[in-house]
Amino acid sequence: MKPALVEGGAGERPRWRGLPGGRRLVIGMPYLWLLLFFLLPFLIVLRISFAEMDGATISNLVSFADQDLVFRLKLGNYATIFQDDIYWSAYGRSLMYAGVTTVFCLLIGYPFAYFMARASAAVQPLLLMAVMLPFWTSFLLRVYAWKGLLDAQTGWVGRLLIHLHADHLLLALGLIPSAGEFMYSPFSLVLGMVYTYLPFMLLPLYATLAKLDLNLLEAAQDLGATPWQAFWRVTVPISRSGIIAGSMLVFIPCVGEYVIPELLGGPETLMIGRVLWDEFFSNNDWPLASGVAVIMVLLIIVPLAIFNNSQAKVARA
Amino acid sequence: MNATKTGSAFLRIESVSKSFGDFKAVDQVSLDVARGEIFALLGSSGCGKSTLLRMLAGFERPSGGRIVLDGVDLAGLPPYERPVNMMFQSYALFPHLSVWDNVAFGLRRDKLPKAEIASRVDDMLRMVQLTPYARRKPHQLSGGQQQRVALARSLAKRPQLLLLDEPLGALDRKLREDTQIELVNIIQQVGVTCVMVTHDQEEAMTMASRIAVMSQGRFLQVGSPADIYESPATRFVADFIGNVNLMEGRVVVDEADHAEIECEDVVHRVDHGITGYQGQEVAVAVRPEKIHLSAEPPEGERNRVRGLVRAMSYFGGYTLYHLELPSGATLKVNVENDTRQREGAPVQGDLVWAHWLPTSQVVLKS
Repeated sequence: MKPALVEGGAGERPRWRGLPGGRRLVIGMPYLWLLLFFLLPFLIVLRISFAEMDGATISNLVSFADQDLVFRLKLGNYATIFQDDIYWSAYGRSLMYAGVTTVFCLLIGYPFAYFMARASAAVQPLLLMAVMLPFWTSFLLRVYAWKGLLDAQTGWVGRLLIHLHADHLLLALGLIPSAGEFMYSPFSLVLGMVYTYLPFMLLPLYATLAKLDLNLLEAAQDLGATPWQAFWRVTVPISRSGIIAGSMLVFIPCVGEYVIPELLGGPETLMIGRVLWDEFFSNNDWPLASGVAVIMVLLIIVPLAIFNNSQAKVARA
Repeated sequence: MNATKTGSAFLRIESVSKSFGDFKAVDQVSLDVARGEIFALLGSSGCGKSTLLRMLAGFERPSGGRIVLDGVDLAGLPPYERPVNMMFQSYALFPHLSVWDNVAFGLRRDKLPKAEIASRVDDMLRMVQLTPYARRKPHQLSGGQQQRVALARSLAKRPQLLLLDEPLGALDRKLREDTQIELVNIIQQVGVTCVMVTHDQEEAMTMASRIAVMSQGRFLQVGSPADIYESPATRFVADFIGNVNLMEGRVVVDEADHAEIECEDVVHRVDHGITGYQGQEVAVAVRPEKIHLSAEPPEGERNRVRGLVRAMSYFGGYTLYHLELPSGATLKVNVENDTRQREGAPVQGDLVWAHWLPTSQVVLKS
């Protein structure tokens, strides 16, 4: 250690200030990036949401006329959003579809990740590679391919579903518009989202499950837990951080998903991403669109912040 | 301990084997353990001791043989239905549960009433003196405390058989010595029958009432610590337990009350007969602490040899000498450091006489 550092380290300063310059730079860069490209734009969006369209431009919040300095916050956009059903139902549907997608990803991903983590050391890298392989082709292409796969006449998935009479079940559940027609429905939408986001669930789950000490499962069985009880009492609680991380990685982007509902969703699956698009680019009402965006961010961030906070409390206890 | 010889053995292992493919991890092992006994399986890694322990716990299924505990054949029982609990080498404490919940884990699986669980967990924590730590998580405890939680957890269900897998292996030396005695006290206080696995002979000797020395899946010798140390049955056991000088030789005199064995550097005289071994090849084992050094030649022609002090290792309580014998072989001798200045003790380069009593050697036929 350099003597200069020792001399300087005597005072009671905030901890990060004691870090060497290089480390401060490495930690600071991502924060600077987020500040410039997330926080600042978000503040701009927030500012626009309190303005109104002034012809083709957005009105200023602060104006000076007749020796009056006027600061006007226009709340009309929010009033519109709160009064019009279309926004709330779109929010609700977005949260609902994101939630359903997360649950399915978890149900499919957990056993998958579990057995992947238990596979022999030689096979594990191959399985991991296979999980990441889809990223090598265009996301758009992969989602669009479902159109062909789900076709009742030419797609093998569609034909298989009809062969298994699964279409009648889906119809009874109200997930497809009619028997033998899978596209543009809640079914095809959730299928596409689960398909796309599954790797994001798998990877954090795999990371926690691969670290699991198998002695713990033996200890649980030794103490009288059946394998099933050992799974619920030991494996699941210990992999909690992976479950939480995976669920967030799936849920958050799903809420604002635009491309998949656009390609695979139908008229009754209108999600908030589409509403945003329409407000920005069809109606050209940027202030209203910004309001929609701000509420969407709050809808995700506030519950997550509360959740994170309670998690941290549990961890500290 | 006589009970083990009769049919009333509490734990009976009958010619148990375990093969992994072609490899025989445990090979036709039989053993009786009495109720309340602390039994140690001692051997180096890969000798099959852990596999045998895991078969007792139910994690491995024997390829052959029977394991009977208190008259009940354990063969078909999965680990969670055996009245057997194990303390793992790594302790395997559940990291997401508090100390209290770790100890209660097994009791909850038995669906005991809440009040019963609480009183038993509290009793266990009091016994291992961890009551103030009940709410802590395992990672907030020291190694010694974690070890006591693991012990409390494995005793909470009042198992009929307690298995210890290298119980003190993860502790540092000083703590290990204190913990050995504490552990034995607790086990005896509870009165549970105990089988432990260890590669540490000191641990086995201080804790167990009987020891089985294992190698390549077989028991080489089963006996009390003193039996195994003072009367090893084979060269391997003599060499494995403690320090020993092994000398190969031939039986030249074999009378009823004494025998003589001619080795390269020395003629041994032992004060017992070795019936039927006249002229045969045997090995003579002498422990370093049973050999004495003197500058003057001792009386008699037997049990003495002259050697050159080649090296000395100071261990505090004693000093280990390496003597070079005329043939070039090395003789290890312990000299007790009964004075601080070690006045008159031989130093490097001295020619000294080593000698021992005719009751000190063990003659090994295999």
